[in-house]
Amino acid sequence: MCLGVPGKVISVGEDLHQLATVDVCGVSLRVNIALVCEDSPQALIGQWVLVHVGFAMSLLDEQEALEMLAALEQLRAVGLERPMPEGKDALH
Amino acid sequence: MRYIDEFRDPALTEALLQRIAQLMLLMPERQQLPLQIMEVCGGHTHAIFKFGLDRLLPDNLEFIHGPGCPVCVLPMGRIDSCLEIAAHPEVIFCTYGDAMRVRGRHGSLLDARRQGADIRVVYSPLDALQLAADNPQREVVFFGLGFETTMPASALTLQQARRRSLTNFSLFCQHITLIPTLRSLLQQPDVRIDGFLAPGHVSMVIGNAPYGFIAENYHKPLVVTGFEPLDILQGLLMLLEQLHAGRSAVENQYRRIVPEQGNRLAQQALAEVFCLKASSEWRGLGEIAHSGVQLTPGYAEFDAERRFHPQAQQVADDPRSRCGEVLTGRCKPDACPLFGKQCTPSNAFGALMVSSEGACAAYYQYRRETA
Repeated sequence: MCLGVPGKVISVGEDLHQLATVDVCGVSLRVNIALVCEDSPQALIGQWVLVHVGFAMSLLDEQEALEMLAALEQLRAVGLERPMPEGKDALH
Repeated sequence: MRYIDEFRDPALTEALLQRIAQLMLLMPERQQLPLQIMEVCGGHTHAIFKFGLDRLLPDNLEFIHGPGCPVCVLPMGRIDSCLEIAAHPEVIFCTYGDAMRVRGRHGSLLDARRQGADIRVVYSPLDALQLAADNPQREVVFFGLGFETTMPASALTLQQARRRSLTNFSLFCQHITLIPTLRSLLQQPDVRIDGFLAPGHVSMVIGNAPYGFIAENYHKPLVVTGFEPLDILQGLLMLLEQLHAGRSAVENQYRRIVPEQGNRLAQQALAEVFCLKASSEWRGLGEIAHSGVQLTPGYAEFDAERRFHPQAQQVADDPRSRCGEVLTGRCKPDACPLFGKQCTPSNAFGALMVSSEGACAAYYQYRRETA
């Protein structure tokens, strides 16, 4: 029950107690943003957040996401150059 | 789905699996004694089974399914207290759907609803608060269940209840906290765990520092990990790299969501609304000191236990069930004599079978055909 889903903030109210609209996989959710709003609510528009039980719980750091994927891509490229030891199946 | 599909990429999954297999070959001593990695969170357990990750990994690498499913460790006595509160005719009792099917001594919330109690499943505690605003003549009680992931939602909802002067709203608090339970697990002599995949969404609230003692005092590596297949495999790879190098540190695989310090605003809300209880009961594990929270004196007026005075309940688990041993990695679900017989998802005996995030329910759904 700790799962959350990423969504993009579409619109916000005047203050942080008003619910924002967040697009989650094409569905509009009404979401409380008080836990991710350090500045003005308007600054959140366009940002990705992790939504859990009606609250935006964390700002999604897109730079970190892209760096992680790039590191994995690098791992794949190295793996393609370096075959597994003979007689050893990759999976078992 | 952005930031989900990318972390399910098959080619990158294959690359990670290869690298994990290579690293395991570099640890030949582990051929005899398999590595035991505990995934603490029920969300991880579910993802591991759903994506079949355990079957793609070398045989000498085992997942131990930890205590991080709040429904699984929910004592039956607390369900009985929920039923007692929900039986008041003026009460609208609201809960996350996860808790509906957990049985107490006198049945489940689902059973009570069938018998006429006004029990409603809500997505968010804010929905329960709205019910209180819409029904001023009724008493709305929200069943606050879960770890630090769901705790801030309860805290902010109570802050709003105060701001909106909604005096017909209260919280039945069953919020629990993971760190004391991990400590108690590590202190048990016959539990053998080599490393931890730590729960990503608890960590986005509490940050990474609270896990420091696991690396420093118990010399076990720990990696805060996300919930997609690439997250889990990369978290595992980071653990194996630490084990291979003889290191133990707290590392963060899930940096896109988990800041080093956690969520400061959430921590402030928790400190205002909740304080530690001396002791809390965990199903299968027993009483653990400082492992649960209650409302602070400033919010005591919103405490459903003060408002409705349910009787203190102590319900022992059936001695045949092995829930506690499964929770601590001493026993696989299908080694329990009740598994798949008296205890199935449709007629769950133990809580690990009730929740889809429980190890037994995952085994039943994904492994029964090969058992």
